[in-house]
Amino acid sequence: MTELCDLPAHELVRRLHAGEATATSILDSTLARVAAVEGRRPSTAPYVEDPDDRRKIHAYIAVTEDRARRQAEVVDAQLAAGDDPGPLAGVPVAVKDIFCVQGTPSTAGSRILETFVSPYSATPVARLEAAGAVVVGKANLDEFAFGSSSESSAFQPPPGNPWDPRRVPGGSSGGSAAAVAAGEAVLSLGTDTAGSVRQPAAFCGVVGLKPTYGRVSRYGLIAFASSLDCPALATRDVRDAALALQVVAGADPMDATAAAVPVPDYLASIEGGVAGLRIGLSPDYLRLRFPDPVTGELCEQSISPEIESCLNQAAERLAAAGAEIVEDVPLPNTRFGIPAYFVISRVEAASNLHRYDGVKYGYRFPGDVADLRDLYRKSRGRGFGLQPKLRILMGMYVSAEQYEKAYYPRALRVRTLIRSDFAAAFDPGGPHRLDALLTPTTPTTAFEIGALYGDSVLMQYADLLTVPANHAGIPGLSLPAGLDGQGLPIGIQLLGPDFAEDKLLRIGRSYERLTGEEPWRTARPGVLAAVRAPGPGEG
Amino acid sequence: MPDTITPEIFRHLVDLAALELDEGEAEYLRRQLNGQLKAIAELESIELDPQTSVTSHGVPYPAAIRPPLRADEIRTAHEADDILAQAPETEERYIVVPDIPHTDLE
Repeated sequence: MTELCDLPAHELVRRLHAGEATATSILDSTLARVAAVEGRRPSTAPYVEDPDDRRKIHAYIAVTEDRARRQAEVVDAQLAAGDDPGPLAGVPVAVKDIFCVQGTPSTAGSRILETFVSPYSATPVARLEAAGAVVVGKANLDEFAFGSSSESSAFQPPPGNPWDPRRVPGGSSGGSAAAVAAGEAVLSLGTDTAGSVRQPAAFCGVVGLKPTYGRVSRYGLIAFASSLDCPALATRDVRDAALALQVVAGADPMDATAAAVPVPDYLASIEGGVAGLRIGLSPDYLRLRFPDPVTGELCEQSISPEIESCLNQAAERLAAAGAEIVEDVPLPNTRFGIPAYFVISRVEAASNLHRYDGVKYGYRFPGDVADLRDLYRKSRGRGFGLQPKLRILMGMYVSAEQYEKAYYPRALRVRTLIRSDFAAAFDPGGPHRLDALLTPTTPTTAFEIGALYGDSVLMQYADLLTVPANHAGIPGLSLPAGLDGQGLPIGIQLLGPDFAEDKLLRIGRSYERLTGEEPWRTARPGVLAAVRAPGPGEG
Repeated sequence: MPDTITPEIFRHLVDLAALELDEGEAEYLRRQLNGQLKAIAELESIELDPQTSVTSHGVPYPAAIRPPLRADEIRTAHEADDILAQAPETEERYIVVPDIPHTDLE
């Protein structure tokens, strides 16, 4: 029997309203799963690896059980009184620990914010809670979201992939995607700056939605690269992504970049099918250019046949359902996405990280210091891990007056080219007239913990196929599309024009229906094999 | 190829960034920075039309979708105590810092 914590949000809400479940029973089921698969709580203490660490998930930095229980009880009381607790009533949510949640530690995965307790909640979190969602805890992540594997968190052990905990769940929203895949949350609010929700969603076999930049408010999101950061969602299926986006999207007086664009009814159009829609395939997402791990020289290689075959099968299924597949769509600037991102994201990160000074909040070096500058140096030197230091230094270098011209203005112009590629593909008067592009989400499936960590260049190239959408600001939806020969999830990605989330969700939902009976749909993450299904009257 | 970021440039950056590093960290970080610059060098291969505009964020914000400015109204912030409570060292609602480097005027 499927446990409550393994059901999608829309089904939980239905059961809640039908009196078949309570918010408290849903939370109990989720907390029981957390107890079964989570393992020891990650901490900033010096990390000594334990063999058991590679069998557990470690998705959460903090589980806020008492707070969650109070929220669940409120939902149950509202239902009992005949009130509507909201569209996400009783749905257990994991919040990536880069969002401020009032009264909870909000650490960004960094020692420098370990003691910070947020006095307010981020807008998307407040909206989820107002819709009846129950926040189970704060999900682990790469420190300040700087990474693609979640290994750089100051809170160790790092999260494991529920399909094989010896492998990474991806990153930086690795704890978020892992929690959803393992039944430790039903959906998760993460962020996507270069692919940080889509890539872990692909690695963990869940749905990842990066909305258009400006679709969801960034108020209360601890900033990394402000022109690229995007609140995003990891969910169990496409309808849940629509349901959650409906709740978090829309203008916000607290964020001037949250666009005043009306929010459509995403669920109303989601079953509309794909007949007549034009979906593009691009060779530029199948030829990968990245540095050779030994020589550092750029080399070109085709994406793995397994991933390409998943992509082609998806295109065939959508074509059979009436979509028009447009091949050979040129997106020639895709390959410049990572080099441009190296510049732009570092400049913005360095600027955003200047606020951490050991004075106003967070970690302060407790020993003797000569003066205020010495306090800054010692607090930042001990408070930041290696990845923030690396990003700050690179940001300082490429924006320094004497070197800047070669880098920053050039990167911003390359960004224009990347945006132009998409604009041409989606242009209603152009040769391709696409409703969406269909691409692989990631160059590979989940890699082993430790395989790339430390090589900041190769790690960055994990975002090769997701970062162009962040440069352009357009929405992207990653969908589970099968398993590779090792039983690891493969993700495919739909990209669309600004604010076309409704169309991406509609195509994604179609794809889900078209593949609903395929054998891989019934496969479960390996970590759940060890979870004993409760007997009647238990759990 | 010689390193673009020499030990001297690196020390300058570390000073600007206000970071105290140990030797091992410094060595790793400088090596990674130079590795990243090799990847960034790919940008130099692009022929850019000087007329190409910069994109500071992907989605344009024409007036039609730009949110209106907030009304200029006084709001009471009730979180002052919570915010002050986050400061590592305070005294009578002041945040305490060590000596601020300064030069006495003649």
